[in-house]
Amino acid sequence: MEKFIKLKSIPAHIPLMNIDTDMIIPKQFLKTIKRTGLGKSLFYEMRYDESGKLIEKFILNNDPYSKSKILLAGKNFGCGSSREHAPWALLDFGIRCVISPSFADIFYNNCFNNGILPIIIDDKSIQELSEYSKRKEEIEVDLNEQEILYGNKKLTFDIEPAKKKRLLEGLDNIGLSLKKIPNIEKFENSMNETKPWI
Amino acid sequence: MSKTLYDKIWDDHLVHEDNDGTALLYVDRHLVHEVTSPQAFEGLRIQGRQVRKPKLTLAVPDHNVPTTDRSKGISDKQSKIQVDTLRDNCKEFGINLFDVNDKRQGIVHIIGPEQGFTQPGTVIVCGDSHTATHGAFGSLAFGIGTSEVEHVLATQTLIQKKSKNFRVNVNGRLPTGVTSKDVILKIIGTIGTAGGTGYVIEFAGEVIRNLSVEQRMTICNMTIEAGARAGLIAPDDKTIEYFKDRPMSPKGENWTKAVAHWKKLFSDSDAKFDKEVNIDAKDIEPLVTWGTSPQDVSPITGEVPDPEKEKDKDRRTAMYRSLEYMGLKPKMKISDIKVDKIFIGSCTNGRIEDLRLAAKLLKGKKIASDVSAMVVPGSGLVKKQAEEEGIDKVFKNAGFEWREPGCSMCLGMNEDQLSSKERCASTSNRNFEGRQGRGGRTHLVSPGMAVAAAIKGYLADVREIN
Repeated sequence: MEKFIKLKSIPAHIPLMNIDTDMIIPKQFLKTIKRTGLGKSLFYEMRYDESGKLIEKFILNNDPYSKSKILLAGKNFGCGSSREHAPWALLDFGIRCVISPSFADIFYNNCFNNGILPIIIDDKSIQELSEYSKRKEEIEVDLNEQEILYGNKKLTFDIEPAKKKRLLEGLDNIGLSLKKIPNIEKFENSMNETKPWI
Repeated sequence: MSKTLYDKIWDDHLVHEDNDGTALLYVDRHLVHEVTSPQAFEGLRIQGRQVRKPKLTLAVPDHNVPTTDRSKGISDKQSKIQVDTLRDNCKEFGINLFDVNDKRQGIVHIIGPEQGFTQPGTVIVCGDSHTATHGAFGSLAFGIGTSEVEHVLATQTLIQKKSKNFRVNVNGRLPTGVTSKDVILKIIGTIGTAGGTGYVIEFAGEVIRNLSVEQRMTICNMTIEAGARAGLIAPDDKTIEYFKDRPMSPKGENWTKAVAHWKKLFSDSDAKFDKEVNIDAKDIEPLVTWGTSPQDVSPITGEVPDPEKEKDKDRRTAMYRSLEYMGLKPKMKISDIKVDKIFIGSCTNGRIEDLRLAAKLLKGKKIASDVSAMVVPGSGLVKKQAEEEGIDKVFKNAGFEWREPGCSMCLGMNEDQLSSKERCASTSNRNFEGRQGRGGRTHLVSPGMAVAAAIKGYLADVREIN
């Protein structure tokens, strides 16, 4: 997994609440057996009309937002289906950081398995950052310092230390957990005694 | 120290805990389907990793399978590749598979309990958000992403942070025509789609106790629509009775031991919850959704709300967007909304009790002439049972199509989809934009309400059908 340390980009703002994973990547693209190639279908029904033509007014269809690495969105981002195709599509499009007042649980966890940083900040701060989106000015995210830098201002954000470490170092969770095999074996042995029906 | 049911199951599965509370949790049961697993198996292959406990995983194709005649196989090429890939992966890694033509095939959250693979007090995961369904049996069950599926396959554990405890008490007795689907829609309408974020919700109270285990599954199934990690209901005598003699239930001495363990699975009377909400059953009416979020609920006797009356600006914007998508006007009567399609099925309402209830209301009646309607049983065994009881004939005589089991039009990954602007009364769980097909308009309802809509051709009150 690619490390996440610092990221600078003009943010794209989609001012909608409850952006669900069906919106991020509709069902017809879940038939793939690969993780890659989903970027062109990100937000498919908002980006393309029924004949497959680009909808020009949609923000990600316009420069410089078509190259945005940072997405600003309304609350409860990523609700609904557990499909990891949603972060895969964001990543494949080039988005490595999503900033929202709140995230749905499964999507939030899926981000960390794909090198995407989800940042939770309040509505007012989103509004402030959205001005940078409008003015097409860059903002910078510094994970180590837990800061978002914009203009000559900055704001800080919270993140669990373990999750931060994973992104900073691009760690493979499975590899880390496999180091705990002795603990897992001990647990299984004791379970065989206490709950033999499992 | 007193504990909640969630605390008990959590503690019972803790393999390791770091100082910051990051835990390694043991997974007793893992369900796998064709859509969210191929990349996980591929990951194992690339890293040269094995499946740690193949017997603790059960696989079934459900999302992508056709619900029409399957004798000629799957015509959609990509769907076929996914289903074939699942079969190959299960063979390679030694995982038990109920394949497309197996009579036990069905929606993953229906076959788990049906087989006794699901059990109280276990930790159950699946790469599907509606895994919450299994919480109805007092198991800690939640949806995971594909990377986590790979993690479970390789280690039989998951890295987790503990959620907070939330209890929803539903008190009193349900009025006539009100079902568990209305109860969960009411709960989501009350706490909102993010109301449960960061929590595991335990459902309790007289109403929950009085529900059958299948009705409880409908409640836990949609817990994810309230944003919660999982939903839980303490097992009781009905739960134990349900698991007796299921193919994968514990047998003999193990059964006795298991039951003794299951009887300890409840929240202590003085256990502390971080949040608690009380709902009075008498305030629940048969409900429908009018918008594109499961929290957009209205009684069938009500009106489409007026966004102008909403104080929150973001919410108002969302309401306008929903009404435009749904093709509805503020303040119109809900019962004036005309429907084109009826879908009865899904992991929310595709079980035998759902079909019995619907058939009982439908018997001897016909669906409206301009409506098309389909029933998709939740599993092959549900279908067989229904056919033995003559339920299929009731549906067919009324004008419904009687299909093969699968997820079908709940998410429209197969051919079962809505066309643009088509309006559907659906017993499924999500009314998101495009969920049942691009431009399709979904109204979530109970199976009884779906029958009422099928007969009248409009969203209709189940209490007026007899």
